Amino acid sequence: MNFFEGLPFFLCLIPVLLAALALGIAQKPLRYYTLAVSLLLIVLVLKDSPRQLFYLAVFFFWEYALIRGYLILRGRMGRKGGLYGLVMAAALFPLAAGKIAGLWGSSFFGFLGVSYLTFKALQMIIEIYDGVITAAPFLEYSGFLLFFPTFSSGPIDRSRRFGGDWQRTLSREAYLRLAGDGIWKICLGLVYKVVLAALFYRGMNLAAEGKEWYMAAAYAYAYGGYLFFDFAGYSLMAVGCGQFLGIETPANFCRPFVSRDMKEFWDRWHITLSHWFRDFLFSRFIIRCTRKRWFATRLSRASAGFLVNMTVMGMWHGLSASYLLYGVYHGALLALTEIWQKKSKFYKTHKNHPVYRAVSWFVTMQLVMFGFLIFSGRFLELFG
Amino acid sequence: MREELLNILAEVCEEEEVKTDLDLELVESGLLDSLAFAELLARLEDELGIVIAPSEIQRTDMDTPAKILALAESRKQG
Repeated sequence: MNFFEGLPFFLCLIPVLLAALALGIAQKPLRYYTLAVSLLLIVLVLKDSPRQLFYLAVFFFWEYALIRGYLILRGRMGRKGGLYGLVMAAALFPLAAGKIAGLWGSSFFGFLGVSYLTFKALQMIIEIYDGVITAAPFLEYSGFLLFFPTFSSGPIDRSRRFGGDWQRTLSREAYLRLAGDGIWKICLGLVYKVVLAALFYRGMNLAAEGKEWYMAAAYAYAYGGYLFFDFAGYSLMAVGCGQFLGIETPANFCRPFVSRDMKEFWDRWHITLSHWFRDFLFSRFIIRCTRKRWFATRLSRASAGFLVNMTVMGMWHGLSASYLLYGVYHGALLALTEIWQKKSKFYKTHKNHPVYRAVSWFVTMQLVMFGFLIFSGRFLELFG
Repeated sequence: MREELLNILAEVCEEEEVKTDLDLELVESGLLDSLAFAELLARLEDELGIVIAPSEIQRTDMDTPAKILALAESRKQG
């Protein structure tokens, strides 16, 4: 059984959501119910792999110990860079060790969801350093980390936002409005994933038969469509299920294929991931560079920021040549976009012209599709 | 502080108008993008001693010069 796939999962999901609906209509708090069904579903999904369950349990308590320990030390010692770095390294260790061990085919610390759970734990530690988080109650942490709709692949929520939803009990009207919208999202997500993604998948297989450049292009477009409908469909279902539990998980996609430049694309594609990187890596890198005067000009600072940010994002997807190249490719594109938009007089005078906008959209889409070709591994397979 | 802050804002947004039109929209218009936003936070801390973390506030809480001034002033006292 896997999350949001196949009959067994949906057969479990229906009673889980119906019981939530009954609790919501009765205006009862949903938090303990949410935690209980999350644990149940995670155990059901991982039941054939006790090793993954064991790693998950170690990870869960390891990160919680770090969070609680750091809360105490941060309270006593204040904003200390060295200690913060140490705690961050320790929090990142399971994911990094797992990714590196994976290079040798080992499944050490490999378990479903580890990449996404690490984001949630790191966000809490970073915000403890910032002084924004000053408490981490165990049940709220458990509910946040193990929340089953987003457990395996996001969207990546933020603990303070989640905590607000977790604590509240909605009025019947507000709950029904939320759950009603949830049904719509689950249905739309199903159509995306089961119908449209499957259709693009067939196209992808057809295009994989040829090695000519135009077949590679067809593969890129089909793969792009597949990736979008599969992942956006899954994300919609996750958000919809969350709404049944009174949690308003942020959206992951917002019409990415209308983007007119690469910066806009990353505001519309896998939004919770790119905004996580924006808030917790890019911004902080730029702040550091600005304060330490590491680069002579704003543009070189920004370009370095984009390259570092997107390369790390590529590495997070996996330590393969295709993912690394994908990260560097998008970092370079964002840097070039920044330079073009800041330096070009032509851009400044023509940016709102309909022809410029149309051309800019067209070029952006080709760059995006080429990125998908790299991401799929097909580019290095054909031309590497 | 008010004047210093508006000078910093004008520099990071590369737009002098932010000093005179305090209700100028900054986020949707692209004046205060992620980059400018991060630079603003760095300089607020270095030059005015005001610490604001990037994830602490929503972009909509800082989308006009007036809102940024109000936030900075509340932090300065707090």
